[in-house]
Amino acid sequence: MEQFVQQLINGLSLGSIYALIALGYTMVYGIVKLINFAHGDIFMVGAYVGFVSITYFNMGFFPALLIAMLFCAVLGVVIEKVAYKPLRNASRITALITAIGVSLLLEYVVMFFAKAGVRTYPENVLPNLEMTILGVRITFTQVCIFAVTIALVILLQFIVHKTRVGKAMRAVSMDKDAAQLMGINVNNTISVTFAIGSALAGAAGILVGVYYNSIDPLMGIIPGLKAFVAAVFGGIGIIPGAMIGGFSIGAVETMVSGYGSSLYKDAVAFAILILVLIVKPSGLLGKNTREKV
Amino acid sequence: MKQLFSFKNLKYSACVVALFGVIQLLISLNIFDDYYQITIATICINIILAVSLNLIAGFTGQFSLGHAGFMSIGAYACALITLNINSNYSFFLGIFVGAILSALLGFVIGIPTLRLKGDYLAIATLGMAEIIKIIAQNLEFTGGAAGLSDIPQYTNWVWLFFFTAGTVVVIKNFINSSHGRACVSIREDEIASEVMGINTTKYKVLAFVIGAFFAGIAGALYSTYFYVINPGLFGFLKSVDILVIVVIGGMGSIRGSIIASILLAIVSTYLQDFPEIRMILYSLILVVVMLAREFIKTKKINLDILNIKKYIKTNGAR
Repeated sequence: MEQFVQQLINGLSLGSIYALIALGYTMVYGIVKLINFAHGDIFMVGAYVGFVSITYFNMGFFPALLIAMLFCAVLGVVIEKVAYKPLRNASRITALITAIGVSLLLEYVVMFFAKAGVRTYPENVLPNLEMTILGVRITFTQVCIFAVTIALVILLQFIVHKTRVGKAMRAVSMDKDAAQLMGINVNNTISVTFAIGSALAGAAGILVGVYYNSIDPLMGIIPGLKAFVAAVFGGIGIIPGAMIGGFSIGAVETMVSGYGSSLYKDAVAFAILILVLIVKPSGLLGKNTREKV
Repeated sequence: MKQLFSFKNLKYSACVVALFGVIQLLISLNIFDDYYQITIATICINIILAVSLNLIAGFTGQFSLGHAGFMSIGAYACALITLNINSNYSFFLGIFVGAILSALLGFVIGIPTLRLKGDYLAIATLGMAEIIKIIAQNLEFTGGAAGLSDIPQYTNWVWLFFFTAGTVVVIKNFINSSHGRACVSIREDEIASEVMGINTTKYKVLAFVIGAFFAGIAGALYSTYFYVINPGLFGFLKSVDILVIVVIGGMGSIRGSIIASILLAIVSTYLQDFPEIRMILYSLILVVVMLAREFIKTKKINLDILNIKKYIKTNGAR
């Protein structure tokens, strides 16, 4: 039982990170119907920006978090303007291959400048505290990851549901043309969506750096794919769905590594994906839409 | 019979035989050294992969991102057979078993996943390929993450040529058959073709199985040409590479896939001189090509609209 709770706690911290990445995926997919393969690499860039600001500029955790989020937001908007906007009416496959191209570009540009090897985050970015409750060990870092995630998600919910921009985002994701006819600036709204999604990915990047201490230029690929699995699992385009999906995938993954073999933890995530797609393609919280001719 | 020996067919066959002869001559005269031969082998294997993926993605319109998974099944099956069975026929047995296993897997995976559409299908096939890769990484007899090595080299230019030409001929003929037209109609409009009485599930699975079969052959040729295989070779990037060839060559164009395979092989040979920025250049080329294609396409549409306006101006007000 103790081990189970321990794995659940570890799963929640990992799940928060997946949830943060999945939110960006789900928002972008909801609004432009594009699987933004570069999203996982924006997460990686966030980790590197955090690394640079902490190691070379001696910043604390929170300033570094803000800078990583800001940098990633700008990066996301630039990518959207340069690479995705001209392809908005192109075929799906063209946009998808462009996204993969951008993803490779980010990976190898970072590899060119930061070299391929693993970089380690300095220790003591966050105080090295831990507490034991009924035999379950919780570190301060885990608490921090969870708290930052929850705070960001509440902020996101506020933006999406209570502000004008959020209303515009919801309108554009529902019907782009109708939204434009109602006087909503669709281009700006899409840019804002990319900015917010990328900022969340950047935050996830620095959290991973603090949690696992090591980062490398290809670290974004697998978490990116798993976050997409999480987004699909919760119902793509739905913000609470991405949260639930992220936490579930994180929990399942730590359970598999804890009780079974850690070698198969990646396979399990993809098996879940295929199962979900077959049983309920619209995801956990998604509504079934009927096919129209 | 008359059709079979039509002038067009004879002309093509003559060209193909001549191509075979010329390259065979260049190899036997040692004008093409090992380096060129490896490039040629890569081109041939890529042609098989691209043409078979084109059948699935280009002609049937089913968006697959897991072609490398099928390739790895063929590669591992053939490698294990040629490593463990020592006879003259083990190469053919390996290719045959690899292709059949890959096709079987295509069948088993195709039936549930082909119900999905567009992006979802892409992600599901991607997941499938990743699962295959992870299983190959963890099994004992596939050599784990290190993979298999010292695979006997059976594949040479003759077999590469035979299988490449065979793949193109079979798939070309399949597309021109009634089954192939059924596949194309599914791409154009799935619901309409269902209304016309086409069993869409059957043809989607059929195209998937045939594509997987030839991907298995390509994998088998790969493993018996390059001595070494490991799970990392058949990852997500390989699937993307194949898809890129298909898209750059043109969805639904076999000739395009062949030309794109050759072009990309040449480009990547040149890029090998800049190992540091090779992947940066590759990804930049990828993005720029996609943007340029779309730019040209939309330009064309605009021009057409201008023409229509001009047409209406001159002829409309009669």
